[in-house]
Formats: sequence, structure tokens, C-alpha cells
Amino acid sequence: MIDNLNKIRNDFPILKTKVYDKPLVFLDSAASSQKPDCVINAVADFYKRHNANIHRGVYFLSQKATALYEETRVKVQQFINAKYSHEIIFTRGTTEGINLVASSFGDLLSDGDEVIISEMEHHANIVPWQLLQKRKKIVIKVIPITSDFQLDIAAYKKLINQRTKLVSVTHISNTLGTINPIQLIIDIAHANNIPVLIDAAQSIHHKAIDVQKLDVDFLVFSGHKMYAETGIGILYGKEDLLNKMPPYQGGGDMIKDVTFEQTTFAELPQKFEAGTTNYSGAISLKVAIEYIEKIGLDKIACYEGKLQDYAIAKLRKMPDIQLYTTSKFNKTSVISFNIKGIHHEDIGTMLDKMGIAVRTGGHCTYPLMKKLGVTGTVRASFVLYNTFAEIDFFVKSLQRVVNMLKN
Amino acid sequence: MKTIDQTQQEIVEEFSMFSDWMDKYEYIIDMGKNLEQLPDDFKKDEFLIPGCQSRVWLVPEFRDDKVFFKTDSDAIITKGIACLIVRIFNGRTKEEISKSKLFFIEKIGLVQNLSPTRANGLASMVDKIYRYVK
Repeated sequence: MIDNLNKIRNDFPILKTKVYDKPLVFLDSAASSQKPDCVINAVADFYKRHNANIHRGVYFLSQKATALYEETRVKVQQFINAKYSHEIIFTRGTTEGINLVASSFGDLLSDGDEVIISEMEHHANIVPWQLLQKRKKIVIKVIPITSDFQLDIAAYKKLINQRTKLVSVTHISNTLGTINPIQLIIDIAHANNIPVLIDAAQSIHHKAIDVQKLDVDFLVFSGHKMYAETGIGILYGKEDLLNKMPPYQGGGDMIKDVTFEQTTFAELPQKFEAGTTNYSGAISLKVAIEYIEKIGLDKIACYEGKLQDYAIAKLRKMPDIQLYTTSKFNKTSVISFNIKGIHHEDIGTMLDKMGIAVRTGGHCTYPLMKKLGVTGTVRASFVLYNTFAEIDFFVKSLQRVVNMLKN
Repeated sequence: MKTIDQTQQEIVEEFSMFSDWMDKYEYIIDMGKNLEQLPDDFKKDEFLIPGCQSRVWLVPEFRDDKVFFKTDSDAIITKGIACLIVRIFNGRTKEEISKSKLFFIEKIGLVQNLSPTRANGLASMVDKIYRYVK
């Protein structure tokens, strides 16, 4: 359990906000987390004291900014236990990370090659592969989910063949909260010499990830879901794979030499970091990681797990509720549901009036919605700054809303 | 028949009876519940308002130079608000509608429901009405 919960809530100034004169109950951290003071202050401090474009100037400020930026790269390397810091590429977020791989790794594919994704993927892990299909006649294969909202591993094994060139799946579903058995998925792929990309957007702040132990080939995540600024993300890639891939975008910083006849490219990681990157975001990411480490990922996961069990137990007692959640334990505190006969948007609109922020709609997982046979769900997600009292208020408010809306 | 502005004023007065936002919503929800369902034949893509999280259909029809609308939605609050918009515009001429300005939403304190966000396409609904009478 997290010690000193009040202290943690106090770290997040926005949680003291009132909406419609009511205390804010923020249950949409799976979309984007709120930011602790240390992150907000680090960004302000950077602009007040150290701001200058990185990798450009011989002068003090530029070198200071560059040092801070590169310190984050090393911090991320340590956090996910990558072998080299040049395997850490700064991106705008998870979406850009997958687009980068789809574009650059995609360049290495041939017509008829296959990429395996899953039925519970976010659009960010579907559309980039479809865009690639406009350039190369690749085939997208989809791992189905079981009635218990888990990946069908037997079906996954059957999808693999000699044309399979990449498996790209999410670690934790942003809609269902299901934790996928990524070690098993990677091992199965590797037995067939197929690299694996893991979308860790929902897991990086929840579970310790060791890329060397997992032997994962690509890992992508965003800063803004792990208490850092928005607009910064990470692509981890194994050195040999990243070296084989062509650059994603052209511009400053990613070149060795440019003439009008020919350009040679920089080494990793600059090869994939064209243009002025979001260095203030990168610096905030280091502080966010330190914040997570200070509390401890194990403690965070344990506390969030308790919030999840408490919320699910309370929600299960509600009449006409359909919970889209696995009955097993491999799940995080992201809970999707519907109430029979009531539109998810109506529930979200009414809860908002009570100060409660939940997400409604398709959660950028339309194919999954289709599978579930719904147009959307209500999604409540809980993280380290949420409380049991908030869950009580949420469930009580939900009951009140349902009474108003039902026929 | 009341003018568009008079009908809007009438709605504002109806809502002024409720001091609590909850009662306002209850009123909108009731309107949504009481609205006659649109036959499935009309629930086509051409009548669907784009950009809404819920599905909203708006079916216009001309009779004697006047426009009449039928509406429906799978979300009850959206349906209730659509109901109010249709009440204001039904039986008006093109000129009356194109000259009018909607003020009731803001005055009854539901302004966020008309914000042009992805989550709520009521702004597109109003936009569609104005474009229809151009």
C-alpha cells in the first residue's frame, strides 16, 4: 500500500480544482495523467534557467540543455533496462513511435509479408499498418480475443507463418485493462525468428518493464500518461534493428553531411530525431520517472490493484451492468462498462455535472467495440492519486444518474 | 405563432423554474423520453449528424414553404436537446431560420453541450439546419 496518501494527492495541484463548484474526481488518467508539482516545476525551471536549443550551440545554455536532455535518455535506458542509451529514441508519443516503426521497419518489408496485431489494439496500432499497406502489399492479421476479454493465444500461434515479419501488440488494453502475457507472445514469435513491438502506453507507469529480460525488439510509450508533459514519448528499439531501418523524417540533427547530391545520416539515436525535439518534455520525463521510482512501481501497482478490486466489487452489485473485464487477475485499474438501456454518453454527461471525469465512447478501439457489439462504453481509470472515497462517490453518483436516465 | 426568439425566450423561462442543474437535466431527459421514436427507415446515414459521440438523426421536410424536422438520438440527453432545437425551428420559413440566432442554450446554462468538440456534435446539428435553409 502507498504510504501517506494525502501527501501523494498534495503533489498534484489540479486535484484541488473544483468543477461546477464540486470537488474534481478525476477518473480518466488512462487518457492522460495529471502532473505532480515536481514535473510542473521542472518545466518552469527549465524555461527560467536553462532554455536553449539542444545539440546546436557551443555556448553554456545550449550545452546545459543538451546535458539535461541526454540525462533523460540515460534515465529511460535505466528505467527499462536497455543495453545502450542510443536504443532510446525520443518521439512525440506512443502513436509516433508506432508510426516510425511502421514506416521505417515497414520499408524493409516486401509485398506479401504479414504483420500480426490484435483485436484489442488502439487505433494507433492499426492505422499505421494500414497506411503501410498503401505503399506495400502487406497483410495484417488479427489475434482475436476470447469471451473473457483476453488474447486467444492458440489462435495467435496459428496466425504465424513464414511470411510473418512482425508481431505488434499492446501490453495492456486501454479499453479493457487486460494485461497481455507479453513474455509468452514474444517467446512464441522469437521461436519463429519474428521481432515483436510492444505498446506499453498503459503499462509503463504500472508494471516494471525490463526490455533485455523480455528480449522485446521494440517498445513504445508516452510521457503524458506517466505524469510527464504531453508531446514526449519513447521508442526503444534493439540496436541492430534500428541500424537496419532507414530514417523516418529528414531535417536537422539526423544528418552526418548534406550536399545537394547526397546526404549521409547520423548514427543512433540522432538518426531518428529530426528537427528540434521536445526537449522540455524530455526533461519532464526524467523527473516523472524519478517520481515513480521514489514511490516505487511495486507499491503503485499494489495500491492501484486494490482500487481496481474495490471498484469492480462495487460495480458488480449494480443492476443491469455489463462489465467488460476479465474474471482473472491479469488486469489493471482501467474499467469499462455499460448499463443496459442507457447510452454511455448520457452517463458521462451526468457524471461530469457531479464533478466526475470519466471517458465515454469508443476509446480509439472501434474494432474492439464492434466485437463487443456496442458503440462505446463508460471507462473509469484509477491511478495512484485516486482514493477509495472517490470510488464510493463515483458508484453512488452512478446509481443516481442511472435512476434519472432509466426508462 | 410565436417567433423564433419568442420560442427561445419561452424555453429560457421554462428552465428558469429550476434552480438546480439536476432538475434542468431531468426536464431535458423527460423531453427525450417522450419524443416519438423516428421510424428505422429514416435512420440512414444521410440524416446522421457527423461528429457526435451518440448518433443523432435530423430529417428535414418542406411543406408550404416551411421547414419541419424530425429528430432522434440513441442518447437521451442529446435527444432532449435536439427536441428543443426542433421545437424552435419547426414550421419556420428559410428566411426566418437564416436570420435567427440561437441564444437559449447559453441562457439555460447548458453551453458546454454546444461546444464543437468531438464528444458532442450538437453544434454540427445547428450548423446543418442553417446550411439546409441556405
